[in-house]
Amino acid sequence: MKIQTLTVATVLAVGAASVTAEEVRVYNWSDYIDENLLAKFEEETGIELIYDVFDSNEVLETKMLAGGSGYDVVVPTGTFLQRQIAAGSFQKLDKDKLPNLSNMWDVIADRTSKYDPGNEYAINYMWGTTGIGVNEAKVKEVLGEDAPVTSWDLVFKPENMEKLAECGVHFLDAPAEMIPAALNYIGEDPDSHDPEVIEKAEGVFMPIRGYIQKFHSSEYINALANGDICVAVGWSGDILQARDRAAEADNGVEISYYAPDEGAQMWFDQMAIPVDAPNPEAAHTFLNFIMDAQNMAAASNYVYYANGNKASQEFLEEDVIGDPAIYPTEAAMNNTFTTTPYPAKVQRVVTRLWTKIKSGT
Amino acid sequence: MRRLVLILVPYAWLLALFLVPFIIVVKISLSDVALARPPYLPQFDWAEGIGAFLSELDFENFVFLTTDSLYWKAYLSSLTIALVSTLITLCIGYPIAYGMARAPEEWRPTLMMLIILPFWTSFLIRVYAWMGILSSEGFLNQFLLWIGVIDQPLTILNTNSAVYIGIVYTYLPFMVLPIYAALDRLDGSLIETAEDLGCSRLSAFWLVTIPLSRNGIIAGCFLVFIPALGEFVIPSLLGGSDTLMIGKVLWEEFFSNRDWPVASAVAVVLLLILVVPIVLFQRNQQKQAEAEG
Repeated sequence: MKIQTLTVATVLAVGAASVTAEEVRVYNWSDYIDENLLAKFEEETGIELIYDVFDSNEVLETKMLAGGSGYDVVVPTGTFLQRQIAAGSFQKLDKDKLPNLSNMWDVIADRTSKYDPGNEYAINYMWGTTGIGVNEAKVKEVLGEDAPVTSWDLVFKPENMEKLAECGVHFLDAPAEMIPAALNYIGEDPDSHDPEVIEKAEGVFMPIRGYIQKFHSSEYINALANGDICVAVGWSGDILQARDRAAEADNGVEISYYAPDEGAQMWFDQMAIPVDAPNPEAAHTFLNFIMDAQNMAAASNYVYYANGNKASQEFLEEDVIGDPAIYPTEAAMNNTFTTTPYPAKVQRVVTRLWTKIKSGT
Repeated sequence: MRRLVLILVPYAWLLALFLVPFIIVVKISLSDVALARPPYLPQFDWAEGIGAFLSELDFENFVFLTTDSLYWKAYLSSLTIALVSTLITLCIGYPIAYGMARAPEEWRPTLMMLIILPFWTSFLIRVYAWMGILSSEGFLNQFLLWIGVIDQPLTILNTNSAVYIGIVYTYLPFMVLPIYAALDRLDGSLIETAEDLGCSRLSAFWLVTIPLSRNGIIAGCFLVFIPALGEFVIPSLLGGSDTLMIGKVLWEEFFSNRDWPVASAVAVVLLLILVVPIVLFQRNQQKQAEAEG
């Protein structure tokens, strides 16, 4: 495998040498890659890599819909990808330029084809679940030993939240994940597109909104790690990164991640090439580089998210591949749900509801 | 001829940097949202002609703004925040400018420098620094706890108070500089005369200094009020989830709803809220000047 990687790298390096000052612009989520990989890519291919980050699908989507973003590779989540494909934002992948596609994992490819039939436009980068990050000691101090940490009850029951507010709770500022979680909790279809059903989520959030310190989609990593907050509804790998940062700082904070028993949303972040990418050639080179088994494994080992790359699994560290919070058991995989993009009218209902939940107006 | 060129330059500036972008925004506000790139229709097509294009536009999005109380509440809340912060900035900025203008001649360049110095650091970094100062484990709370004024950290970050602090801090130089410019030009002998004629120092200040620095005050207030009204960065970094400002509503229309037409309608209304009072004010000023002249 190693020899094969080297050969690919050499071929790429030789190929790149003929073109001078080539560059590829990548727009990825914040805290979402091992930065050594970026240097490795430049070294192997001779292509200059410009790496920018975002922390919400909405920001990326607006850039895609406006066009002329200047990026060669972007990483929307499945539902957003599906809508952006429909809007004509992406170009079809040239699979001949992506020999490492053979490394991909059919189980995940199967699931992502729901958003991108035939996986024509995107490759899977990482996937994960949306669940709850807990500072075990603080939560047990506030709620007692039998705190319902494996259940959405922890954050959706007002009596729990009232007590947790003392030590701080953050929620994701992502209506497309928080509202399905609430609907799932009250036994409705989490992927409902019926405004009447969606509005039932209001009943879950209104009694607890006052106890939520902040709605934010990236600050909770540090806040959890520093012990500033004790509970965050967030993305699996981000919470595991918080766990890791706390362990590194050796500050006595212990963080765990739970995909709640009632079911958690499963999502897929997909790498795609904008239709107006300045350098689609280099973009393909980057995608192929990422799909290399060892590179993908290095990324997952670093960010604690599972990937859609079967071949990478033998290079994963035991605390990644062996951690059911990252690679769930099959039973846990089946206890997840996925969602589909909201049509414009329904999106307005969702956003309006979310504004009401956040601001009270 | 030379006069014509002189007049043309500012008008060309206004046309290129205000009117053209404004017309584009108005045009989008009259369009319909669509799943396309860019996400609205109709796109202008020369083949179909301007008539067909215009006939597809309508005021639906403006009507929509009246159907949800969120919008006027956000406008109102933004107006309140902008107005209050302008007043606070004036109350802090005026004494600073006054002190600068009264300082010995050789100090003034240094004082001026000190006012401008914060601009050497990026605005965003300075707002982030306030997050560090105001948070519950931040410098301010640590200090207050240390001197024993409070025994529980105050919650300032993520509230409207933090937004006021951020706006006042950020825009203070815009208030100080025009007032300083006005006070600097003030003829000191006028105040002496007033005092000779029996005014106390305080009433000389009220009757002479304030009226003569009026233009500086007005310029300063506009420079603070206008950007504060549409402020987005400060409320989103320092404000809480219940801080309602039109900048955030605009963001949500644009990014979450992908509804550029409604976002544009919100922006057009915001502009009207700003421009109409300013134009009326200017008219009034002109009339006054004519009456006096």
